[in-house]
Amino acid sequence: MSHFLEMRGIAKTFPGVKALNRVDLQLARGEVHVLAGENGAGKSTLMKIMTGVYRADPGGVIRVDGQDVVIRDPVHASALGISIIYQELAVVNNLTVAENIYLAREPLGAGGLIDSRRMNADAKAVLAELDMNIEPTAKVGNLSIGQKQMVEIARAISYRSKLIIMDEPTASLSHHEASTLMRMVRKLASQNVSVVYISHRLDEIFEIGDRVTVLRDGETVDTRPIGDMTRDILVRKMVDRDMSQLFGKHNSHATRDVLLSVRGLGLKRPTLRGARVADVSFDLHKGEVLGFFGLVGSGRTEIMEMVFGSRPSVGEIRVEGQKVSIREPSQAIDLGIGFVTEDRKEMGLVLGMSVRENFSLTHLSDYCTMGVVQRRRETNACRAYIRSLGIKTPSPEQKLLTLSGGNQQKVVIAKWVARKPRILIVDEPTRGIDIGAKAEVHALLNRLAEDGMSIIVVSSDLPEVLAISDRVVILKEGRITGILDREDATQERVMLAATG
Amino acid sequence: MSVSDNKATLEKSPARIWHDLYQLRHVREVNVLIAMLIVGALISLWTPYFLTTNNLMGVFRAFSLTAIMSIGMVMVIVTGGIDLSVGSAMGLASLVTALCFGAGYSTGASIGAGVAVGIVFGLSNGLLITAIGLPPFIATLGTLSIGRGMMYMVTRGVPVTPETPDAFSLLGQGYVGPVPVPVVIMLILMVLFALIMKRTRFGRHVYATGGNEQAARLSGVKTNRVKLAVYMLSSTIASLAGIIGFSRYLTAEPASGFGSELDVIAAAAIGGASLAGGVGSVTGAVIGAALVGVIANGVVLLNINTYAQQAITGGVILIAVSLDVLRNKLTGGNG
Repeated sequence: MSHFLEMRGIAKTFPGVKALNRVDLQLARGEVHVLAGENGAGKSTLMKIMTGVYRADPGGVIRVDGQDVVIRDPVHASALGISIIYQELAVVNNLTVAENIYLAREPLGAGGLIDSRRMNADAKAVLAELDMNIEPTAKVGNLSIGQKQMVEIARAISYRSKLIIMDEPTASLSHHEASTLMRMVRKLASQNVSVVYISHRLDEIFEIGDRVTVLRDGETVDTRPIGDMTRDILVRKMVDRDMSQLFGKHNSHATRDVLLSVRGLGLKRPTLRGARVADVSFDLHKGEVLGFFGLVGSGRTEIMEMVFGSRPSVGEIRVEGQKVSIREPSQAIDLGIGFVTEDRKEMGLVLGMSVRENFSLTHLSDYCTMGVVQRRRETNACRAYIRSLGIKTPSPEQKLLTLSGGNQQKVVIAKWVARKPRILIVDEPTRGIDIGAKAEVHALLNRLAEDGMSIIVVSSDLPEVLAISDRVVILKEGRITGILDREDATQERVMLAATG
Repeated sequence: MSVSDNKATLEKSPARIWHDLYQLRHVREVNVLIAMLIVGALISLWTPYFLTTNNLMGVFRAFSLTAIMSIGMVMVIVTGGIDLSVGSAMGLASLVTALCFGAGYSTGASIGAGVAVGIVFGLSNGLLITAIGLPPFIATLGTLSIGRGMMYMVTRGVPVTPETPDAFSLLGQGYVGPVPVPVVIMLILMVLFALIMKRTRFGRHVYATGGNEQAARLSGVKTNRVKLAVYMLSSTIASLAGIIGFSRYLTAEPASGFGSELDVIAAAAIGGASLAGGVGSVTGAVIGAALVGVIANGVVLLNINTYAQQAITGGVILIAVSLDVLRNKLTGGNG
């Protein structure tokens, strides 16, 4: 079989992290090759090496068309015939379809002016080649997300690409648009273009792929024709790892009393982007750690934002049996709910303020006498939390800006824990922090549950969810597809409910 | 690096004190104050008249109204907003007060009517910004024009000069010892609002709202209420300045306060306020107004073309803010 691209022994090291360890990948011409793996398995790093964004560590071999190459940068990659369609669309909305396709290499006519007629004609030819029914002169801003993606594919084709990488192309498409895309991918393959297809959706993987390569922890663990693969094997290959031993099992402190009860929760105004969350119902018991697991776009964060009142919702929320209306975060906070947000820089912290000021923001009244802040009391409380959470900062007066990610995260947790909420929602509590800090955060959550706090942990890190939760709620495309007790929640079962 | 570390205070060596004083160079207010003293020293080298009590008190009174308005403005700017309507709020308040005196109302009622103008301005700005969601620049630009238009409509371009009781004119013309009353009011407001901004829960919420509105809201700060409050304070303080101004000249001009929003914003910016929000101080804004006032006085005393004054003020803004930006770049930015 003649290969367009061959990669052998590819590794990539970032300061402190080995993102790719030993990756082998062969792409045949006209093949649709699925790349599967969990978040953090190394898919994006591998893609970025293929497109010249990153340079692989020395020692590996990359061959394009049988020639050894070092892919220097994205321009070089596209000269070699490698294109990528990113998850976030890279089109300019107020330009036309043709202008987008030929952006930065517009055909020029007399006097250096753009030859629009030729550009539109060329664009029309490319679109026709792909059976795309889009006018070259249409404004891209007026197109649907699916059509915009088609424009990107047309741009890739117009470069005479021999390899097109698609990163979760159907993540934001409707069902109909997704099937159009599938047809397009087949068409590309029939024209001898190789496609690397990255997806979390199992249905799609089996529908579109010729072969599949599974990545796990930066290594190729398997490559085989799709006909020899089953869902069970695929999922097991993706999730099986030793990491789970790192986090000791904790003891459950859950009681039978329902503290928070959510029924029929859904978005008030569904948006085009993001998950269409609807009909979400679950209970949270006193002292329970309830895990929420789902892939990107499953609506994990949206649900928590609705419970916390920062996103408009429909449905019923009860706290201790009392029906409540939560339309503002301050109302949720008054009901005893705390929310450690996923994005600490944008939503969790005021980076220009000190550790002390960030820490006390959620419960400043505790240190106030008639509206005046008692600095000494505030500082002392802050020092106590700095000590008990092991926050590494020279003083409470240090600006948050200068702290490391793990320490910033601990400040966010401290500011909520100090408020002593009954319910603490933590969204991706350990994203972007090192393994030691991660274990500390897990121990802390366990301690809080022991003291009777109810905790919701949202995470895309499956071993983490399984290690610290009493029960796991599994989400897929904005709906709950399963609620499992910890005894029943194996990696395979959870992954299947999240993707299958 | 706390400048006043409680435990160390008792046993401070002289070296330690010098070190602490040296740390003060990082405080914007101190820098502007030093700049002002240098400018003052230079002026007094040229003319002995500058350092006379008479002249200095005149200088203080001259910038006191701008300084008073900058106290409200800086709170708005710290939330990440801007209030362009202060000049109109000031002017309309002075006009309404004048009209009430003219209609024979008591001093209390007339002042009350002027303050009410400020409250209406603030409520309109605040609601346009929080309830409708207009950008502060647009909302206050609109109320600026409406206010100014109403002044011209009511006066038809003619100044209003009513009979007023003698006691009322003390507000703008009186003295406490050698110090003019407007300056006393300025100092009282400065201390009051400096304490509010630095020591109270409300002040902390103002800084948090400007520093990261989303994070503040998710921490339980009622950010819309905070914003409504600062716009109400800004307009109300501006109306107070209008009433004091009317008391000084006892005539309300249709153009009174015209363009003063720019002086007020300049004072806040020179005093260290960042238009991006989250940074700024009341004392800084007042010192910023003082620096501009001293320069204006120097221009007059040194017989420089008075039209040059505006150009010099512009230069001061650019230099002050550039120095701040550069310093932040060099030190890795804290603010």
